[in-house]
Amino acid sequence: MTDITASDAARVRRVDVTSSAAKARIRARYRREARFKLYGLAALSLAAVFVVVLIGDVLSRGLPAFWQYSLVLDVHVDPAAVSSGGKVDEASIRSADFYPLTKAALESMFPGELSRKAQKQLVRLVSTDAAMPLRDELVANPSLVGTTVKTPLILSATSDLYYKGAGTQIESREMRGIATPSGTSGEITVLSSANDFADALVHLKQRIAEQARSLRSEADRLELFAGDTVTARVKALRDEAEKLQQRVDQPKVEEELDNKMPSLLIAIDGGLMKITKLSDVSATGIVLLPLRSTDEAKPGTWQLVTYETPESNRKVTDQDVAFLERFKQLGHVEQSFNWTFLTAGDSREPELAGIRGALVGTALTLVVTLVLCLPIGVMAAIYLEEFAPKGRLTDIIEVNINNLAAVPSIVFGLLGLAVFLNFFGMPRSAPLVGGITLGLLVLPTIIIASRAALKAVPPSIKEAALGVGASHQQAIFHHVLPLAMPGIMTGTIIGMAHALGETAPLLMIGMIAFIVDIPHGFTDAATVLPVQIYLWSDLPEVAFKSKTAAAIIVLLMFLFVMNGAAIWLRKRFERRW
Amino acid sequence: MHTLVDKHADAVVHANLAAGLSTPKVSAKDVNVYYGEKRALMDVSVDIPDRGVMSFIGPSGCGKSTFLRCINRMNDTIPICRVTGKITIDNQDIYDPKLDVVQLRARVGMVFQKPNPFPKSIYENVAYGPRIHGLSHSKADLDEIVQSSLEKAGLWKEVKDRLNESGTGMSGGQQQRLCIARAIAVNPEVILMDEPCSALDPIATARIEELIDELRKNFCIIIVTHSMQQAARVSQRTAFFHLGTLVEEGPTTEIFTNPKDKRTQDYITGRFG
Ligand SMILES: Nc1ncnc2c1ncn2[C@@H]1O[C@H](COP(=O)(O)OP(=O)(O)OP(=O)(O)O)[C@@H](O)[C@H]1O
Ligand SMILES: [Mg+2]
Repeated sequence: MTDITASDAARVRRVDVTSSAAKARIRARYRREARFKLYGLAALSLAAVFVVVLIGDVLSRGLPAFWQYSLVLDVHVDPAAVSSGGKVDEASIRSADFYPLTKAALESMFPGELSRKAQKQLVRLVSTDAAMPLRDELVANPSLVGTTVKTPLILSATSDLYYKGAGTQIESREMRGIATPSGTSGEITVLSSANDFADALVHLKQRIAEQARSLRSEADRLELFAGDTVTARVKALRDEAEKLQQRVDQPKVEEELDNKMPSLLIAIDGGLMKITKLSDVSATGIVLLPLRSTDEAKPGTWQLVTYETPESNRKVTDQDVAFLERFKQLGHVEQSFNWTFLTAGDSREPELAGIRGALVGTALTLVVTLVLCLPIGVMAAIYLEEFAPKGRLTDIIEVNINNLAAVPSIVFGLLGLAVFLNFFGMPRSAPLVGGITLGLLVLPTIIIASRAALKAVPPSIKEAALGVGASHQQAIFHHVLPLAMPGIMTGTIIGMAHALGETAPLLMIGMIAFIVDIPHGFTDAATVLPVQIYLWSDLPEVAFKSKTAAAIIVLLMFLFVMNGAAIWLRKRFERRW
Repeated sequence: MHTLVDKHADAVVHANLAAGLSTPKVSAKDVNVYYGEKRALMDVSVDIPDRGVMSFIGPSGCGKSTFLRCINRMNDTIPICRVTGKITIDNQDIYDPKLDVVQLRARVGMVFQKPNPFPKSIYENVAYGPRIHGLSHSKADLDEIVQSSLEKAGLWKEVKDRLNESGTGMSGGQQQRLCIARAIAVNPEVILMDEPCSALDPIATARIEELIDELRKNFCIIIVTHSMQQAARVSQRTAFFHLGTLVEEGPTTEIFTNPKDKRTQDYITGRFG
């Protein structure tokens, strides 16, 4: 090691930095590193795109469900309707039938004669429990009984969706002639002094021709691809197309409208008539909203209204649209935050369904899970990590805890069903059982996270404590555990978030039932958020689709809050040593 | 070779007794330590007098720390470690099954190689030991213990205004002195120090050495060090370990100026290690 001879020096291998081979090597390394970075970036962007699309989709579907339209009307509260045995108290108000009151309030909006059918449709625009806000108001303030109260009526889901834009495009055109209606209700004919309806008629013929064409091409397509198997269907299509074509070709003066075509209506004298037959100068139809009188209407004071979407393609009938548009026009429609969604339990009616029941069920279930898991999990982790004699037995236990963490959750559900329900006879659908079952599911996660957190505490801290004469247990509980706590908390919260999103095991123990009442205790029947989402997503009503998305938003918010708390805890209590 | 060492150890004991040393504070007899199958210490016998500094020197891996950790039974925390032989403190066998190891560790304090204050306030660091051993009966009592311990560790002036700040926020030297204060707060009889200055700069080292010199008036101090100068500066007696055996032990001046064993001579003259 003293002096290096010349031959030694020659044999010393230096890192070669000048030759072209070396330069190529460096370039190749740079390329590899750049490529690796690129892969990472690509993966990240792909993930980001998915997240944005997913969240964007859920938000765009779900957010509208947080708002709801209601019909603000003056309702006269007849004391007779809300009293029982001549007395008005909370019980009598709660049990009162508000249907007649709301019906009267709705009908008072349309002076004149409404057909029985229209009357029926009118009350169907509002929810079956439309007067819920009124009832609550009366309960809070019984002195309102006997007066006229301005109150929001909850709209039915269909009406609500109509205002949220799921209706039809409406066009309105001023007419040039002088129009004379033949009546104010029932079936009437409107005559125009000009050939006002000619344009509409031409339009109509075009539409029919179009329809015939599309029917024919549909028939061609079927024939081409499906061959002989659908001959009957093809024939029917062709016949229909033929009929339509005849209508187009025959220069009839009068044309009939059906619900496969855009609806045409005439707004005249404060009323609305739906056209069923149309000629150049006259239109015959059914009155949807009664006319004030049969006065002739001056040019420019009456309109031809078109509902672009054919009636058969939408949920709301022309009559519904007429009513709803009138409400809007008169300023009775108000949009407000949908508190019902957050404060009500589940319901068969979308507009009355809320997630409160599921939220309370979730909270109760998670409380059981937490109370069960945290102490047991942390104690088990401490014992295994610090006190258990290392040996085959602890190895087996450790391996099995890791295995348990990977067991499909449905298996825990089966276990819950077999052990807690069938063997111990615990109540079905109860948060208690759900919590215990989820607890079993989360326990391995918490034990693993807690052990990792305990292991991450430097041994020097424990040695220091032992060195001043702390017992092993004192060293763990006074020094190691507090330092491991943020990690344990993080693991626990992540475990709880896992439990929060779990559905399968809860299905097994019956937490999937349709439960209207908000649970009040650990043994009440309840459901949880993810199960509620699952239940709603299965329902056919369109309105439940957006409720589903809204419930998903609430669930995601919960998850964000929990994960945020985990990060906060980690940051807040992280210590240097 | 064993017999040679044994004879030598006996000779040392006799020499000590002859030199008028009172009964030794710590005394080890035929201590063997096994890590699993591996024998890390072989028949170590040594007497350590009270109120003085004993330093252990030797090449890396020779078993200095292992022996030191036998004295407060810190090796008990290593599952594969097995100790045979006899170690007594004040003639009491510390491996006696009836003896409470926690109390032993309160009597034998330890300062580690890397400063390891608890991630708590300075006050809490020092107060922890007295508190768990019930040495104080009131807050004022505890305050006094903390203050006197910090004073003895030469840290009081620097930290008296920030007792509530974290112990981990101090410099390495201060942290090590805090660890010493923490160790002496429970009034141990013996203080073990395993390379207490190896993570420190020369100035901090000098302060710790001064401190050790001060503390030896009241405690029996055993220090492991890699610095021969340090051993020469702070200790009155020195033991040289090599490959798990105690090669030679005696007054520091003698070991450094007139070693009896060839290996000791080689080591202190820097020929190996
Ligand atoms: N926990 C352990 N498990 C197994 N073997 C160990 C353990 N601790 C120490 N040893 C072994 O015991 C022998 C003595 O180690 P020890 O730490 O006492 O050496 P040392 O003299 O303190 O060395 P250094 O000066 O490097 O600190 C070494 O060979 C080491 O490999
Ligand atoms: Mg060592």
